Amino acid sequence: MSGGFDRRWLQLLVIWAVLLAVPFWLPLVGGYTALAGRVLVLGLAAMSFNILLGFTGVMSFGHAAYFGLGAYGAGLTLKFLAASTPLAMLMGVLLGGGLGALFGLLIVRRRGVYFAMVTVAFGQVAFYVAYSWNDFTGGYDGLRGFSRAPLNLGFTTIDITNNSTAFYYFLLVVFAVAVGLQALLLASPFGRTLLAIRENERRARFLGIPIERHIWLSFSISCCFTALAGSLYALLNNFADPMGLHYSLSGEIVIMTVMGGMRAFWGPLLGAAVFVVLQDYISSMTVNWMSFIGLIFVLVVLFFPRGLLGMLQRRNAA
Amino acid sequence: MEYRKQPAVGRRTLIKATTALGAIQLASPFVISARGEAPIKIGMVDPLTGILSALAQSEVEGAKYAVAEVNKKNGILGRQVELLVEDSANDVGTGVQKTRKLIDRDQVDVIFGDVNSGIAYAMAAVTTEKKVLHIVPGGHTDPITGADCKWNVFRICNTTSMDAAAITGELVKRFGKKWFFITPDYAYGHTLQDGFIKNLKALGGEFEGDMLPINTSEFSATLIKAKGYKPNVLLNNMGGLAQIDCMKQFVQFGMVKDMALGGALFELESIKSVPKDAQTGWWDMEWWWDQPNVPEVVKFVADFRKEMGKTPSARHWFGYVAVQSVRLAAEKAKTMAGPQMSRALEDLVLPPDVALQPGEIRYRKGDHELMANIFVGQAHPPEGNPDNVFKVESLVAGDKAAGTVESSGCKMVEAPV
Amino acid sequence: MLQVVLFNVTNGLIIGAFYVLMALGLSLILNLSNVINFAHGNFLALGGYFAYMLTPAIGFWGALLVAPLLTALLGFIVERLMIRRVYNRDPVYSLLLTFGLAFIMQDACRFIWGPNGLPLGVPDSMSAPISDQLFFITWYRIFNVAVVIVAVSGLFAFLRFTRVGVRIRAGTLDLETVSALGVNVSMLRSFNFGLGCLLAGLAGVLAAGQIGLNPNMGDDLLMPSFIAIIVGGVGSLTGTLVGGLLIGVAAALTTIVWPAASEAVIYVIMAVVLVLRPRGLMGEEGMLT
Repeated sequence: MSGGFDRRWLQLLVIWAVLLAVPFWLPLVGGYTALAGRVLVLGLAAMSFNILLGFTGVMSFGHAAYFGLGAYGAGLTLKFLAASTPLAMLMGVLLGGGLGALFGLLIVRRRGVYFAMVTVAFGQVAFYVAYSWNDFTGGYDGLRGFSRAPLNLGFTTIDITNNSTAFYYFLLVVFAVAVGLQALLLASPFGRTLLAIRENERRARFLGIPIERHIWLSFSISCCFTALAGSLYALLNNFADPMGLHYSLSGEIVIMTVMGGMRAFWGPLLGAAVFVVLQDYISSMTVNWMSFIGLIFVLVVLFFPRGLLGMLQRRNAA
Repeated sequence: MEYRKQPAVGRRTLIKATTALGAIQLASPFVISARGEAPIKIGMVDPLTGILSALAQSEVEGAKYAVAEVNKKNGILGRQVELLVEDSANDVGTGVQKTRKLIDRDQVDVIFGDVNSGIAYAMAAVTTEKKVLHIVPGGHTDPITGADCKWNVFRICNTTSMDAAAITGELVKRFGKKWFFITPDYAYGHTLQDGFIKNLKALGGEFEGDMLPINTSEFSATLIKAKGYKPNVLLNNMGGLAQIDCMKQFVQFGMVKDMALGGALFELESIKSVPKDAQTGWWDMEWWWDQPNVPEVVKFVADFRKEMGKTPSARHWFGYVAVQSVRLAAEKAKTMAGPQMSRALEDLVLPPDVALQPGEIRYRKGDHELMANIFVGQAHPPEGNPDNVFKVESLVAGDKAAGTVESSGCKMVEAPV
Repeated sequence: MLQVVLFNVTNGLIIGAFYVLMALGLSLILNLSNVINFAHGNFLALGGYFAYMLTPAIGFWGALLVAPLLTALLGFIVERLMIRRVYNRDPVYSLLLTFGLAFIMQDACRFIWGPNGLPLGVPDSMSAPISDQLFFITWYRIFNVAVVIVAVSGLFAFLRFTRVGVRIRAGTLDLETVSALGVNVSMLRSFNFGLGCLLAGLAGVLAAGQIGLNPNMGDDLLMPSFIAIIVGGVGSLTGTLVGGLLIGVAAALTTIVWPAASEAVIYVIMAVVLVLRPRGLMGEEGMLT
């Protein structure tokens, strides 16, 4: 976090002003609203992932699993249970967050590279189930036949199904609430403890902090928020598919986080914005876009490991 | 389109960013059209990367060839045509996003896509919402022109039921009624196998089979089972690489002498990538280049070969027909609006230089499926030229193979006015 | 029934041998350098493509020898240029690096050789089955198994009896001390990476003869390799060997009763191992954890 009370408020103000005004300025620069939606959703996923990576120092390389599970949870609810958007989001969070919490119990004692490997493998299990269970999940072709339901707030109904602008603001509201909760969490004593674990696990253990429990909690919370992002993704596309669970998406979430700056709260959102826009732009220009994306990974790792916000922080501090 | 979140940054950075934004906006990535009237834009979304890329690239090439041809002849409604191609990367989220991009940002008049049926469905939801004409050149699952048919969606390639129906009779006649299926476990495989079973049972046949994961590369266990069952015909319903691996192993295990081999699709691109002894079996081609009795085809193939340096496959033809269909629909409707073009395309008969095969080839009104012929025949190692790998034994008319509109499950809703 | 089971067990071992080759390379790199090589499948593909390019010139046997060496060389260069720089940092960077490399390499293969599948010519003598009874075992498969046995034995012998091999094994346990003893650890890691890629390249040549070449061919082998390592136990090469064979046989046996689940069963085994014995069948507590 950059120092200084005023700077922080200015930063927040600018960010929210930009986000709120998106439907106005984005088309002027050659963007389109669905792109902004994608940035928000993946940005939320990256920020949720960062609770684990940037703030607790634990590396999961299979986070797309919870994202995808959130998407399927929302989709299945809309298709089979009820045409209710809030319920869909809730079920998505329960499915992704719940399974994540259960899985976390299994692996909480592992660390480092082994932990990462196992998270990848779990992700692939989820992927495999999604594309094999044809009757339930639609299999390889994905889950279709559902769409966003209008929001019934009692006193008024907001049509998010056909009105893209309304849907964007809906996404923004959910994003704001989620991010607000995350900020509160990270600023709380619990959040401070996570930082302590990240900085020096052994010392934290000596201080009597129950490490495994905290890591498990951090992991579970991260999975819940990621699953929320996933359920929003299903609403964005009116579709859920197995590729949303694949480890390539996990890798992309990680690079967004690192690229934006994993030690900064807003870093992952910035990374998501840059990455999604670049990917969108480059893939329209050339069929070899994969090389460019791979190149981005390599360049970020070799030359910009602290990410964009990380570099800014250092420059401002110097 | 560089989009930076702005925490408190200096003025210089702000100026740099704004200049960059402006510069990028000017550098449009797409084909610069001729001066004069605004061009007609067709958006094509296909998996140019990923396991379906070989097929997708052929479709795109066919479409590009058609666009060049159409533009030489004064375009559509007097305006030049621009083809905007986007990669769906075999991922639904990307496919849907690119579709929205093409419609919202680039204002395309028509959408083509996707080879991957799952993505084609998802795209159809967007195109129907935006009232844009949507042609699916090469996505095969039945519901696209069946239970999920839409007023603005048309399909060029066959349904799996058509492919199954076309070849079953031939296989039973030549080889017998006891069959073994090797089928991929997803929607395409299920509907294909169901189609075969329905037709086989009608002829009094019996069968056994295995449903395998889509990307299986190791078929020995299943082939062992097949050999034990001693069928007359082995149906290789797998797709892409899995199909090729299954073919190779079938041949390696010497099973060619025990039973015949057949199935629905074994596309030109795939046949050319297997070794000689695996270039065998009885298949459906959805279009075949070697039709010496149809002068339009001879000319088309000669021109295509000269221009593109390769022989056109069925996938090239799909892309070609898609573009030409847009031209024909626009000329009939005198507008590029989705609902009017959709109405114009229904029951539209393709002229011989577009149909490139005998018979009356048209988009059936009830389900928007193109009633093309199915070329049933035998694969063989190349004779003479490397693309001469298939001998056509018979042509089955599309509507005969497709059955009635009712049987497809399509309840077409009228296009809005 | 017994015959069918035996058939499938044999088949499973043949498939498992393949997983072993791939997983061992991955395991070597993981153990010494703490890097998960996401690009391993792409090195495998490159091995196959190199063989494809070399076969017209030096024949299949020549390609079998040279292509893996070329792959190893490429791995060595990649390691020295890029991966070396991120060892001292958070492991997330090395993961991202190999991840990005995987994208680049896959795209490069597609760009250079096209998206279509390419056949690799195998000597005709090997394409036939060994007998009518055992029709599903072609000489080529026997050859594959033989090559794997030679390669694996060679690897274990190398690690046990040569100086470099012993240093690698020591480095797996305690790299700091090895360095303090005056060994050039940097070179050791590069060499080790190259060695891992050698195995991948070899697997690629063998696979190409079997299933043909295409840019995505390594993808389907990456996950089973991971699982072989997890099941066998991280840090133990013998464990990886056992793990690979185990999942190969399990997958083959499952195909008898429930073909659609043949892929799932390897994940089930992994889940069971994780719950009951998290360090893997032959892993040691404390390795990489």
